[in-house]
Amino acid sequence: MSAGAGPQPGPSPGDQSAVVATPRGAQPGGDEPLVQVRDLVKHFPITRGIVVQRKIGAVKAVDGVSFDVQRGETLGIVGETGCGKSTTARLMMRLLDASGGEVRFEGREITRLKGAPLKAVRREMQMIFQDPYSSLNPRKTVGSIIGEPFAIHGLEQGRGERKRAVGELMERVGLNPEHYNRYPHEFSGGQRQRIGVARALALKPKLLIADEPVSALDVSIQAQVLNLLREMQRELGLTLIFIAHDLSVVRHMCDRVAVMYLGKIVEIGPGDALYGSPRHPYTGALLSAVPLVDPSASRGRRPTLAGDVPSPANPPSGCRFHTRCPKAQERCSAQEPSLEETGTGTRAACHYPLTPLEVAEIGVRSAR
Amino acid sequence: MSAGGPLLRVEDLRVEYPTEDGVVHAVDGITYEVQRGRTLGVVGESGSGKTVASLTTLGITRGQGARVSGRILFEGRDLVALPEGELRAIRGNEIAMVFQDPLSSLHPLYSVGFQLVEAVLAHRDVSKAKARERAIEMLGLVGIPDAARRVDDYPHEFSGGMRQRAMIAMALVNDPKLLIADEPTTALDVTVQAQILDLMERLKRELDMAIMLITHDLGVVAEMADDVAVMYAGRIVETASAELLFASPEHPYAWGLLKSIPTLSAPRDEQLVPIPGSPPSLIHRPSGCHFHPRCPYAQPDHARIDPALQAVPEEPGHHVACLLEPLTRRRLWAELRAGRMPDEALAAVVPAGGAS
Repeated sequence: MSAGAGPQPGPSPGDQSAVVATPRGAQPGGDEPLVQVRDLVKHFPITRGIVVQRKIGAVKAVDGVSFDVQRGETLGIVGETGCGKSTTARLMMRLLDASGGEVRFEGREITRLKGAPLKAVRREMQMIFQDPYSSLNPRKTVGSIIGEPFAIHGLEQGRGERKRAVGELMERVGLNPEHYNRYPHEFSGGQRQRIGVARALALKPKLLIADEPVSALDVSIQAQVLNLLREMQRELGLTLIFIAHDLSVVRHMCDRVAVMYLGKIVEIGPGDALYGSPRHPYTGALLSAVPLVDPSASRGRRPTLAGDVPSPANPPSGCRFHTRCPKAQERCSAQEPSLEETGTGTRAACHYPLTPLEVAEIGVRSAR
Repeated sequence: MSAGGPLLRVEDLRVEYPTEDGVVHAVDGITYEVQRGRTLGVVGESGSGKTVASLTTLGITRGQGARVSGRILFEGRDLVALPEGELRAIRGNEIAMVFQDPLSSLHPLYSVGFQLVEAVLAHRDVSKAKARERAIEMLGLVGIPDAARRVDDYPHEFSGGMRQRAMIAMALVNDPKLLIADEPTTALDVTVQAQILDLMERLKRELDMAIMLITHDLGVVAEMADDVAVMYAGRIVETASAELLFASPEHPYAWGLLKSIPTLSAPRDEQLVPIPGSPPSLIHRPSGCHFHPRCPYAQPDHARIDPALQAVPEEPGHHVACLLEPLTRRRLWAELRAGRMPDEALAAVVPAGGAS
């Protein structure tokens, strides 16, 4: 067991200081969004046959997703398993190739880049993964894991220089630089996630995508990593895309939030508007499903969403949520709604958005 | 059947695993009760001993080189001393269990119905046809649509939520008096989690059973539990009714848990206060109060003195194992609850020296 891996007073220097979202630092580049995603599509083929594979269908993991990410902001993407949030992130990172649509990074289309230009773009965006146990090579020392990006991008200036840079990064994320030569198994889960953060920040990226960065961690450790991410964002002026299924965590971290369902964005908008007055019934259902940490408020049971998420290989017609939606009408199964302004600050894809009264029924739960 | 006394009373339970590296003190002298028809929530992080404690109740930790001592009184019978044969008659019958991962707790090669029928026949002297009827009835009760047809499906044909429903059906097929649910919704999405929690709440009422709910999720505990026990490093550090525990927690670890998670009802930019360090090794536990290396309020002598679970003044049923003065604790929590950091917490954190 590695639980006793050295005395490591967990908190990083700023853990105790006020962590208030102060994004949108004035940065060069003007008003142009850092990332523009347009009609992004990813279909994974379903094949039959072993030697001769025939395509018999497709899992529509991401099916026409568009959004902008402004410089310095934190955009949250929430949704249930299989909604396409991680696939969207991997498409943006070019870890997967898109089936259609485009991703513009600083105005430049990147979904079809190859070779050196792609490598150059990859320097600008980095990712932190969910599982700190499997995303670090167990046979490499922490120093070489964090320092590898320098080697990959030909930025090595001799061993001493690299060691100094890695030590600085380790200190910055709250790790002891003396542990340079230790292996990942000697660190706890939270510390491993710090290693992941240090590796991601090594090349001073402009965009950091965090895919469920805390869901594998213990409760008491989650806050350490969340605080670290916010602190790094503030210090380095990072743009952050934060993907999680935990709505409370996303609300805490993000300026704007996109809710995904079956490969589509169903509602997107500023966090306060989205959580305060959700318009899409799915957003409302997600919010009302979150258990409240207050026994006196949560005894009255609310209506829950029935059924399971349908298969993305064969999504429902019209609005994909209509099979589970308490407000669904005939029109919903025939006509697909598009994302439109709702008047409360968010854009929602719904023919019959939630009324203030219906929101109040949900709002009662989170207002106390 | 509602004789006096608790349904389950665990007294000074210890579970130790001798290993090459030393003895793992997984459960270290815990005492608690589960009352009839009520839900006890056991909260703790990984490695706090909560799962081992529940497995031991069912005798599942037997024969794994574990040393078990103490008493587990289920309706007056001591399960620790019970021979395996008699325990088997209780397990899955009067006490049933639901595990975290429904995919790995269901056998992939047998139909769901077969596995439910097997559970009935293990404890009831009924015909196969009757057992199958019972299986279908239970699947219907837990909300599997078209249960009479789906009963012959295999686990892979069920979705995650349906598998967990099937697990619950299997656990409840023999009308248990106590259901032990170990992280029953952790692998599920929030909307499905809400369905399963609703289901458990409804079945608890209808079938008049007690639930021991083991989870790390404070929201789930707040929603489900009547009573709560907080575990840390193999011990119970605080017990109280759910109302008391969430309104006026006494242990700094409980404060840490509550203040380190963002909630929908808190102001959006409220600062998270993480618990420094990480959970200790159960082989080399810190001396004195096991939490002292991570406790911002620890005094020098807390590394020596081992706190016992003591009643909190003026709060019946509330017990805490903490060396701080009750008045100090009250002041600290008042500040934390108001969103302020007490001076002690701002001061340098005590290094985790005891852990190594």
